[in-house]
Amino acid sequence: MRDDTIPVPGAADRAVAYGDLTDDLLRTDWWTDAMLARADIPVVDIPFVSIGGGIGSFVTVDYLRICGVPPSAIRVFTQLDTPWESYEYLTRVSQIPRGERLRSDSASCPDNIWGFPSYALREAMATRSLKPLAHVLVEPIFDDYWTPKAGQAFDSMEQEYHRIRYPEMVVKGQVRMVRRRMGGGYFTILTPPAGATRTKRVAFRSRYVHVAVGYPGLKFLPDLMDYRETYRDFGSVVNAYEPHEQIYERLHRAPGTVLVRGGGIVASRVLQRLIDDRDARGLSTQILHAFRTFVDGPHGPHAWMRRPGGDGWAYQGFNYPKSVWGGQLKARMRKLDGQDRAALYEVFGGTNTPKRRGWQAQMRRGRQEGWYRAFQGEIATMEPGPQGTVQVQLKTATGPARAQVMGVIDCTGLEADIREHRVLADLLDHGGAGRNPLRRLDVERTFEVRGTRSEPGRLYASGTATLGGYFPGVDTFLGLQIAAQEIADDLAAQGFCQALGPVRSVNQWWKWVCGERI
Amino acid sequence: MLPTLNGRIQTRIFLLLVVGGIWTLLLTPMLPLGASIGAAYGATFVVLLTVLVLGIGWEFVYHLLQQFRWEKDWPTLFGLVTAVNEGFVVWLLVRDGSAPGLPFPVTTGVFLVQFLTTWLLVWLAAIGPMRVPFVHWRFRGGRLI
Repeated sequence: MRDDTIPVPGAADRAVAYGDLTDDLLRTDWWTDAMLARADIPVVDIPFVSIGGGIGSFVTVDYLRICGVPPSAIRVFTQLDTPWESYEYLTRVSQIPRGERLRSDSASCPDNIWGFPSYALREAMATRSLKPLAHVLVEPIFDDYWTPKAGQAFDSMEQEYHRIRYPEMVVKGQVRMVRRRMGGGYFTILTPPAGATRTKRVAFRSRYVHVAVGYPGLKFLPDLMDYRETYRDFGSVVNAYEPHEQIYERLHRAPGTVLVRGGGIVASRVLQRLIDDRDARGLSTQILHAFRTFVDGPHGPHAWMRRPGGDGWAYQGFNYPKSVWGGQLKARMRKLDGQDRAALYEVFGGTNTPKRRGWQAQMRRGRQEGWYRAFQGEIATMEPGPQGTVQVQLKTATGPARAQVMGVIDCTGLEADIREHRVLADLLDHGGAGRNPLRRLDVERTFEVRGTRSEPGRLYASGTATLGGYFPGVDTFLGLQIAAQEIADDLAAQGFCQALGPVRSVNQWWKWVCGERI
Repeated sequence: MLPTLNGRIQTRIFLLLVVGGIWTLLLTPMLPLGASIGAAYGATFVVLLTVLVLGIGWEFVYHLLQQFRWEKDWPTLFGLVTAVNEGFVVWLLVRDGSAPGLPFPVTTGVFLVQFLTTWLLVWLAAIGPMRVPFVHWRFRGGRLI
């Protein structure tokens, strides 16, 4: 392995030329060292680079560090200050501040590849209470799934971040593209922050590339965009993933009706916030809740594949049936290709939310007291009404309906196409990458991006861009770790890192327990 | 846990032989069996093997029941309470000495101490520590090979 560990010739700021991409480079799929020299783009050698710098990069680097790869052999390209920055932003605006609980299993620990001790065990030890353990023992039969507080996940990731010396591996900047290199490996073009280097671009020449760029972006639904652009009103009709405190404040100042759209966990959280505010501040908020697909009971193709549901919602503990992360469904999907794979994704796809006892009680109370009304419906039109309200025309199962509301909180969203991300678009156009049956990035079981090989190099991807592959739960803590394990196993087979057998695993785990820096 | 059928069986065999085996070695001399140490080990290991062999049959039943769960999971609690049905069947075989190879009948008290402590240790190992040496195990439905 150490033979692969090429010493890095200093930081990128030693570069001496003013290199930028040339037409020749932009047009060419395979680059030579000479092409970069002609463009005056400095080249830095490093065996392994990870693009993105979010939790996907973090857990992959964590795995490789545990498998013995030194920090000098890894660079992470990112614009983030910490790996959890984007995730924390998204959870915070969607009503999960650090003190609230995530929708994540106790043993899905991005700071600990073994998932032991689990978050519940750690919380029990920290609080000297058996309550979290008793909860895990009876979940999900006699209680909801126990889930960790967001703050616990971020704090523990921060400890691991320092333990594996992650900051030493971070290079700030925006990745413009990855191209295959004649002679093997890849060039990753980084645009460092203005003034940080003497050239506009820096090329990193590596044998291995890992792409974990996260969500290409959330696309707002067209009706939401139309309303905002037509009436220049950006405060009343909002997506739940953008800051929208103004709606809650408006309902605090004057009683009103709010329309919530969507059947996922974000809708559940928004309802909880509205009802909590209603209770705590003595408000008389009326809640209308539109489901495009109103689920009124258990549903599925047959008795062995039936998902619980009711009152509009499809219920599921986590964003996929739990066994996609290690059990039957994981094993089954791993064998499927093409349309068969797409069909199984279809069976357990669809929007869903956990059936939490607290949420159920709130909605039950709302239905009984008449201030929460859920229905099947879609928004036909929206236009401004009197006193800052919005007039909404609805298409419902029982015919058209009108509502005058103080705000519309849209808890749905379309994930943008992977092409919206510049690096992924370039991989599709010039890197040999293709799409899987769900139109995302096509990866092998090892998470190598199919079609991008540049022997002896490999290009891997993990995270949401790879949804639709042989492993479904990619955009989750545990999914990122499963991808990291597959990647590390593949790299170990090529001799880049140590295999994680029982002896090394126990040894490394003990170091984790002791908080020993590696 | 998220077992596959193959993973269930492999995990059961491994944990009962390794964790259960070591525990049986340590525990047997402390049990009031009223027999020579050789005969005592003969009895406790036959009990352990009976749990193992019958347990493989039980795994098929659990696998079938698991199919009715949308998540295809096997909650932690199930791993604990299945001690009741499994323990009962093994007890029927050991109390009158009808388990094959059992040198003498085992009293209910001795059986309960051995069976419940072994069950608890195996269950505790399966819900956490097992992942430390075998980092792939939980993602492979409990398969070790």
